[in-house]
Amino acid sequence: MSADPLDALRQATRARVALGRAGDAMPTGHLLTLRQAHAAARDAVHDPLDDEALAHEIEAELRVGVCRVRSSAPDRSRYLQRPDQGRRLAEDTELPRGEHDLVIVVGDGLSPLAIRRHAVPMLREVLARLDGWRVAPVVVATQARVALGDEIATAVGARSVLVLIGERPGMSSTDSLGAYFTYDARRGRRDSERNCLSNVRPPHGVDYAPAADTLAMLMAEARRLKLSGTALKADPALAAAEEGPS
Amino acid sequence: MTRRITLSGHTYEFADLKALLAAATPERSGDALAGVAAASEQERVAAQWLLADLPLATFLAEHVVPYEDDEVTRLIVDTHDAAAFAPVAAMTVGEFREYLLRPETDTRGLEAGLTPEMVAATSKLCRVQDLVSVARRTPVVTAFRSTIGLPGTLATRLQPNDPTDDPLGVSAAIVDGLLHGCGDTVIGINPATDSPRRTTDLLHLIDDVRERYAIPTQSCVLAHVTTTLQILERGAPVDLVFQSIAGTEAANDGFGVTLDLLREAHEGALALGRGTVGTQCMYFETGQGSALSADAHHGVDQQTLEARAYAVARAFDPLLVNTVVGFIGPEYLFDGKQIIRAGLEDHFCGKLLGLPMGVDVCYTNHAEADADDTDVLLTLLGAAGCPFVICVPGGDDVMLHYQSLSFHDALYARQTLGLRPAPEFAEWLARMDLMTDDGRVRELTADASSLRVLTAGLR
Repeated sequence: MSADPLDALRQATRARVALGRAGDAMPTGHLLTLRQAHAAARDAVHDPLDDEALAHEIEAELRVGVCRVRSSAPDRSRYLQRPDQGRRLAEDTELPRGEHDLVIVVGDGLSPLAIRRHAVPMLREVLARLDGWRVAPVVVATQARVALGDEIATAVGARSVLVLIGERPGMSSTDSLGAYFTYDARRGRRDSERNCLSNVRPPHGVDYAPAADTLAMLMAEARRLKLSGTALKADPALAAAEEGPS
Repeated sequence: MTRRITLSGHTYEFADLKALLAAATPERSGDALAGVAAASEQERVAAQWLLADLPLATFLAEHVVPYEDDEVTRLIVDTHDAAAFAPVAAMTVGEFREYLLRPETDTRGLEAGLTPEMVAATSKLCRVQDLVSVARRTPVVTAFRSTIGLPGTLATRLQPNDPTDDPLGVSAAIVDGLLHGCGDTVIGINPATDSPRRTTDLLHLIDDVRERYAIPTQSCVLAHVTTTLQILERGAPVDLVFQSIAGTEAANDGFGVTLDLLREAHEGALALGRGTVGTQCMYFETGQGSALSADAHHGVDQQTLEARAYAVARAFDPLLVNTVVGFIGPEYLFDGKQIIRAGLEDHFCGKLLGLPMGVDVCYTNHAEADADDTDVLLTLLGAAGCPFVICVPGGDDVMLHYQSLSFHDALYARQTLGLRPAPEFAEWLARMDLMTDDGRVRELTADASSLRVLTAGLR
């Protein structure tokens, strides 16, 4: 243990302990540090995704076709207040229809920043593990909630959907990407019928390759059992992947 | 039954009681999401005019969620105390608001005669100052090892959450809170994993700290009630049984609870008899929007449903209840204005229904709110006689990823408003040389004896 007991406190946790005081309040440095963290989280929510640039990047880097769609939420403010609109495609949406096993949707969600940073490298790892899947063109979606993927799957004629989406920013993690897989995706699917892998954000969170390994295993099992969600989580083949803190 | 009113030549119509209550509710995003909000500002006031003239007794005859379909409605109706209701039985909602505001009115003793819908309706007519002044005159006192809710006190739940339930991290946060004079309501952890083993380990961790320093407070790990019941039967040191609850049977079903299950848990914890200055041993959390998020709202506005959750809580004589007002997100409470008002409504309604109603003064990063808003709500709650608030290190919960109050915030509120910690805990702080004679929590130097003592156990 170090000489200053307050240092021992600080070293014991990532929580903001032993900040010191100015009277009863926080010292100015900590006040501004907290404000800065909140500002970063707010900007992560509100800075819009440049979906056109992202689509070009995916095409150029990964050599796959890309379509772009919007949800029916007209702007960020409405998106935040009306999650139902973020789950529905905009009325004028047109997507090419085919016969696919899977469509991958890249959605801005609550952190467009997470998508800007992690979507392309994550997609690269996932696509490399999809031998034997008939995969539809990637769909980039804005003002998107996870369930928007269900409508997209139906529209493009895909059995299942994998949604890569920006997660709600915290004070210390503003760019966390989540992956949600739904087998037999269609409107009205409940959250309990999806499987989720969260906190993809190297170097601090889960790295792309192990995240893609877990997803590939999960998706293979889902395809074998023809289901996803809590019932799949209970499958013994996946028990190893489910251990550890949530 | 349809109710109508004409204002400025326009006639407004409300198909039933729940439509009227919803339209009369001050603006919030969750009611718009549910499709029950007033269509215009004038319609909202039209509904408030009608509500003001509605006899309180209407709520005993007309139910917003049908009696046959919902055990919460049955609980409300079957436990209503007509004798306690008698003094206000002839009043309208508008008259009842005025009655509550009169200085000679004693609001205590009324609670068993009031239903959630009556107090929710009244709150919809109230200004913020009404919500503050009435709640202030309605103290609710509960006790286990410390006494919560005495006038002139403000207690704090110390929430030492850790993303991996790491014992060292949790311990450091507990020590930090104690050094700031916090933890008199409960030392309560939200576990990252709801497993019986993890819950038991964390409970032992808190219990050991509490025993070692003889701290007059309660331990709680906020696991699901079934987990707590399970470990309680195996002899874990359970002080309080925690559960999240809501205002409809279907929403409670979403939480995995029924009234029978809560009854069983209450009896189990009572039988342990671990309290010293009191026996109340249940802890509930609630929050506007929980029924809608479970798709179990029956077309009723979220604030009325929130008040109905208090009927569930009061059936089990709780030590603590708090609303997690800004936690649930901007789709239910969009911005600071909505969060502040909702926090004060919840406190007002909880108190009038006889609950020790605390508030988790907080916001998420996607809400239009910041620390200035939580300062405003905290200050108003302090003025309103709120029994307790929740505090985390630096106001930043590193597990649940939202911002609540910091320990500093509690110091500010106590100092500015002249409030003290729970009396047993204040004595302990003085004994540990953490508090001065005039009630100020000391600013510690590195060689302070209390600092050495409390950090010695950090392993």
